[in-house]
Amino acid sequence: MTYLSKSPWILHYDATSCNGCDIEVLACLTPMYDVERFGIINTGNPKHADIFVITGSVNEQNREVVRNLYEQIPNPKVVVAVGICATSGGVFRECYNVAGGIDKIIPVDVYVPGCAARPESIIDGIVTALGILEGKRNAQKSGATEQRVELQQEGEAQ
Amino acid sequence: MISIVGAVAFILIAPLIGGLIAGVDRKISAHMQGRVGPPILQPFYDVGKLFEKEKTVANDSQRFYVISYFVFMIFAGALFFAGGDLLLVIFALTLAQIFLVLGAYSANSPYSHIGAERELIQIMAYEPMVIIAAVGMYVVTKSFNVGTIASYPQPLVLFLPAIFIGFIYILTIKLRKSPFDISTSHHAHQEIVKGVTTEFSGPTLGLIEVTHWYETVFLLGFVYLFFAFSPLIGIIAVALVYLLELLIDNASARVKWQLVMRSSWLIAAIVGVVNLAVLYFMGVV
Repeated sequence: MTYLSKSPWILHYDATSCNGCDIEVLACLTPMYDVERFGIINTGNPKHADIFVITGSVNEQNREVVRNLYEQIPNPKVVVAVGICATSGGVFRECYNVAGGIDKIIPVDVYVPGCAARPESIIDGIVTALGILEGKRNAQKSGATEQRVELQQEGEAQ
Repeated sequence: MISIVGAVAFILIAPLIGGLIAGVDRKISAHMQGRVGPPILQPFYDVGKLFEKEKTVANDSQRFYVISYFVFMIFAGALFFAGGDLLLVIFALTLAQIFLVLGAYSANSPYSHIGAERELIQIMAYEPMVIIAAVGMYVVTKSFNVGTIASYPQPLVLFLPAIFIGFIYILTIKLRKSPFDISTSHHAHQEIVKGVTTEFSGPTLGLIEVTHWYETVFLLGFVYLFFAFSPLIGIIAVALVYLLELLIDNASARVKWQLVMRSSWLIAAIVGVVNLAVLYFMGVV
C-alpha cells in the first residue's frame, strides 16, 4: 500500500518564464480546478515537495537555482516541465542567454507543452508524474538506488 | 488520583481523532472556499507519504529535538487525560514547544531561524492566558488537578466566561490558524516559506504533524474542561469552538507578530483581572 500518489506536494518554480504558465499553474489551485481534491498542495519549500513543477527556459541567472532546488527535494521525486519554454526553450531557444529547456539542467520526467499550458494539461501531466513517482519508489525499494534511476533517465533524455 | 486508562487511551486514540479532525478541518475549509476539498483521510495519507520519503536531516541533533517534542507533547496530553496536575501539564506543553524551536534553530537556515523566532513570540503570546485559565479553574474548584476540575458539578464556563473567551482567542495561535499563524501554517499562503518546519522533511516532518494531532486533541480537551459538568454539552461546545476557529481562519488574513503579541497579552490581562475580580467580589473565592 502506498501513500505517495495520494499526497503529492508540489514545488513550483519560475525559471525565466513570461508568467503565463505560472498563472495557469496557480489556476489549478482555484475552486474551478481545485487540485487539492487529489491531495495536491503547493508547498513553496523544496524539502517538503515530491513533484518539482517548473516553467520557463532557464537563463544563466537561475541555472544554479534550479539545480539547487532539485537537489534539496528528498527522494523519490519527479520533475514536470510545464510550457513549451520549459520543454524545449520555445521561441527563446536560439537566444544567447537561455539553456533552452529544463532537461539541459536536471532530468525531466514529464513534458507538458503549450503556450501557455492549459490547467487541464498541467493536471494531466501531474497525474502522469504520479505514475512515474510510484515507479521510482518501487525501484528504490527493490534495491536500485535513486541515482541509478536518474542516470538512466539522463541517458534517455540525451 | 491518576487514571492510567485515560493516559493510555489518549496515547492510542488521540492521533486517530486528531488526524480525523485535521481531515474534517480541510474539508470544511474547502467548502467554505467553494472547493470540493481533499478526502477526510487526507492527513493520514500525507503522514504515510512523509514516512515513505527519504530520511534527510540537517544534523543529528535535529532528530533528537523532534523526538523530544513528540515525547513531551504526549506526556503533557497523557498527564492531562489521566487527571494530573494542570500546572505540570502546561509546563510540559511549553517544554515540548521549546524543543520544536530548538530543532528549528539547530539548522543553519535563515528561514528556519525566522520561523523559530516567530514560534518563540507565539509561545510568549499565548502562555499568560493559559496560566490564567488554569488559575481561574483553581479559584473556582480549589484544585489544580484535572480530575477534580472535570468532576466539578457546576459549569465552569459560567464562573469563567471572560477567561473562556480569552482562551478561545489564544487557541487560534495554538491551532496555527489565521490570523495568528505567524510561525507556520497549513495553508498555501506562506510568505516566510514554511517557518519553523522549513528544515524538516520526510519522517521528521511526519512526526511533527502527528505531534500536532496530539496537541489538537489535548487543546480541545482543555476547552472541554470549561463544560465538563455535562459530557454531551461539553462535546457540542468543543465542536462549536472548533467550527468558530475554522470560520475565523478562513475569514481573516495573517497579521503582524506585534499585533499577535500585544493583543493576546492585553486580552489576557483584561479578562484575567476582570474575571477574577468579579469572582472575588461575588464571594466565590
